[in-house]
Amino acid sequence: MSEIQNTTNHADLAEVFNNDEARVDWHDETLWWIRSKRDVAVNKISNWEVLRETASQIKHNVLSNLNNYLQQFESNALSNGITVHWAADAKEHNQIVLSILEKHSIGQMVKSKSMLTEECHLNDFLEANGINVIDSDLGERIVQLAKEMPSHIVLPCIHKKKEEIGELFHQHLGTPAGNADPQFLTETARQHLRDTFLTRRAALTGVNFAIAETGEFVVCTNEGNADMGAHLADVHIASMGIEKIIPERKHLGVFLRLLTRSATGQPITTYSSHFKRPNKGKEMHIIIVDNGRSIQLGREDFRNSLKCIRCGACMNTCPVYRRSGGHSYHNAISGPIGSILAPNLDMEKYADLPFASTLCGSCTNVCPVKIDIHQQLYKWRQVIVKNGYVPAAKKASMQIMDWTLSSPTAYHTAGKAGRFVLKYAPFMVNNKLNPWYKHRDMPEPPKESFGEWYKKNRK
Amino acid sequence: MTSRERILSAVKANQPELATLPDVDFLLQEDIDVPEKFIAALTAIGGQVVSVENHATIKAFIDENFEQPSRKITTVSELGDIAEYMEDNSAEPHSLENVDYAIIQADLAVAENGAIWVSEDKIRTRVLPFITQYLAVIVRREDIVPTMHQAYNKIGSNDYGFATFIAGPSKTADIEQSLVLGAHGARSMTVFLMP
Amino acid sequence: MKVGLFIPCYVDQFYPGAAIACLQLLEKLGVDVVYPKNQTCCGQPMANSGFEHLTGGCNDLFIKNFSGFDYVVGPSGSCVLHLKEHLHNHDNPEIATTLSNKLYEFTSFLTDVLKVKTLPARFPHKVGVHQSCHGQRGLHLSQMTELVAPEFSKPGSLLNMVKDIELVPLNRKDECCGFGGTFCVAEEAVSSKMGKDRVEDHLHNGAEYITGVDMSCLMHMEGILHRQGSKVKVLHIAEILNGE
Repeated sequence: MSEIQNTTNHADLAEVFNNDEARVDWHDETLWWIRSKRDVAVNKISNWEVLRETASQIKHNVLSNLNNYLQQFESNALSNGITVHWAADAKEHNQIVLSILEKHSIGQMVKSKSMLTEECHLNDFLEANGINVIDSDLGERIVQLAKEMPSHIVLPCIHKKKEEIGELFHQHLGTPAGNADPQFLTETARQHLRDTFLTRRAALTGVNFAIAETGEFVVCTNEGNADMGAHLADVHIASMGIEKIIPERKHLGVFLRLLTRSATGQPITTYSSHFKRPNKGKEMHIIIVDNGRSIQLGREDFRNSLKCIRCGACMNTCPVYRRSGGHSYHNAISGPIGSILAPNLDMEKYADLPFASTLCGSCTNVCPVKIDIHQQLYKWRQVIVKNGYVPAAKKASMQIMDWTLSSPTAYHTAGKAGRFVLKYAPFMVNNKLNPWYKHRDMPEPPKESFGEWYKKNRK
Repeated sequence: MTSRERILSAVKANQPELATLPDVDFLLQEDIDVPEKFIAALTAIGGQVVSVENHATIKAFIDENFEQPSRKITTVSELGDIAEYMEDNSAEPHSLENVDYAIIQADLAVAENGAIWVSEDKIRTRVLPFITQYLAVIVRREDIVPTMHQAYNKIGSNDYGFATFIAGPSKTADIEQSLVLGAHGARSMTVFLMP
Repeated sequence: MKVGLFIPCYVDQFYPGAAIACLQLLEKLGVDVVYPKNQTCCGQPMANSGFEHLTGGCNDLFIKNFSGFDYVVGPSGSCVLHLKEHLHNHDNPEIATTLSNKLYEFTSFLTDVLKVKTLPARFPHKVGVHQSCHGQRGLHLSQMTELVAPEFSKPGSLLNMVKDIELVPLNRKDECCGFGGTFCVAEEAVSSKMGKDRVEDHLHNGAEYITGVDMSCLMHMEGILHRQGSKVKVLHIAEILNGE
């Protein structure tokens, strides 16, 4: 087992985030407010828990019959006049997008929100190949201007203060310095992007749901940016992970009721657009992407993570996410769900993420498709340790701890030595170098342990 | 082996044993006070509901509430005298960039969330309800269903090239969670509720 | 009815008062309680760190100590949950299952097995109740704010039997305190911030005492209270229920 020198790990990045406590409070309160809106919305649905269970079961059926559903979807999409592409990984996905654009000699593309393209780092790839890409979702446009990754899958710039956004707009879009009014900034983006929508011949969107029965796909936005892009372009490219399939159109009733109530507390997104056939004279492409998903499907303990509908509720409720920020997860998808998806892509790089949790279980309870997120975090920890992606010092301390705790004699001896019990449990190490001491005192040692008291006071 | 074959065979090899697809029709039973709930839901998400008697009342409302000159488009033939009537899907989408006001007819509406459903044949040109500055939708009371389950039950296996649920004006809260109406789509949504 | 008292290691070593209160209250309620003296730890600190495979020794010891009882009761939702989910024995799986079915967290043993309806306790103070996550979301000791489901609280129903107690409302009813076992040092920054925020909620709402079913969360919050020089104290729920 080698010592892992992880330079970008969650704990370090979270510590940096916590250097500005007022900002942590602001971030925490903002996301908690969204969680509270979610609570109000879901409490208006009396059979909410039944809906969650139903959605989870539908997705379970999807995962168990995915090879057939994918083929059914493909065949229906083809007969609807949609071109279907298959991409084994991120590289192939990006190459397919580029080849479609090159075929039409298109050098500029407008893109609505797609976490899959973030996962594939599509923008960087296209830019390197001379294609200009503009993200049209306001939050994504803001992080694009800031040259950052989204910090949240639903609220890409939730980590940014309006003054910082005002400054970005000042630099890039020429707005007056110091104007940070959200209404004004949104209107500015509307004017700028309207011109973009009207002049782009290609538009890329994500896919929220793909229906096997009909070969159509559904894209949900509040801003209307996916529709503005897709309906004004000659070529519409939609990128989807293989897990986006649902069996029948009527199942949308279940998922659309759950999605935004879980995400933001809205009853539904402003637009839930169903794309079934390309407009006359236009092209519509679907790229079906695997990129590790079929491997995750084979991991019995982790395959349920593929049920995710990307609502972000687990992030909003996560007390760790709220106090560490999305970027501390150093992955396109952050928060609890990101922490169980990422190790599948690269176990070494993301070995820290399953440990960035107290296993409080709130994520599992808000998940609209009932993914056992915190149980999977626990299970990933076991897998990561068994695969050797853990610092050697930690392993040694765990072995000594095991020896102490497995032996009553060793345990009692350790206890007598000035309550240095659990000496090797990291949080119990009784010296000032222990991180515990930075903000917390140790309990005061009592004069006797319960065991000793019991011996004196009971037979 | 193509990527298609590789993906499908990996999926087949790794997917769990077939699990039953649950019934969802039991969810159709929900019973709520439909028009009242619809009005409350749409109002809560920034839409406006105007109860009208007939097309003449709609014309009077538009006349009173919208400045001239402006470019108005409708896909409802009865309103052809107050707005450009879009009869078919022949309009070039870009030609609609300066539309101020679009009046369309909904196929159905959903009480629980204030959404209206329109398919391509009702909007003629797909971009119309998005590109217009302001959107108005005629909804007949009898077309309001309680929840999304009844909505999809009514939609059934209808064929369309494109269809969408629209719930209120376009909006964003991406900047510090401050809600701003009028992101990239329509700045407002008025529903004319008709008998 | 013979009950084995399972006292988690850190309670034994740092919070004997909580353990004594459990023992005394169970005795008051007429239960025949025995504390097997060779117990150590449930193995959770290792398992939650990814070393579940090293917990075999702890499991064997636990089974050896407790298999002979009708019930096993422990004053910690977290340790009890860990054992209920992970206690196993390679050679005799059944012995572990049987034992884990007999295993109860202290307050749920009072409400579900003893069906306690009254308690002689009095505690004339303002008390904030910390919902420890593993007891709440893992053992369902009380309803969780994330779910659309009827309210209930086993610890709450017991505290309501205590004379003159005033339970203070919290702004966030069931947010985690950030202890999380080794998380509290591995993720020091977030952990201590979570603890500070949790403590602040209790202080803001006027609590004089913070109580709960898990001494580990209380130890975390006590560490923060001490550092801040606060007079507010933490007490295991057994110490309140066993009062006066």
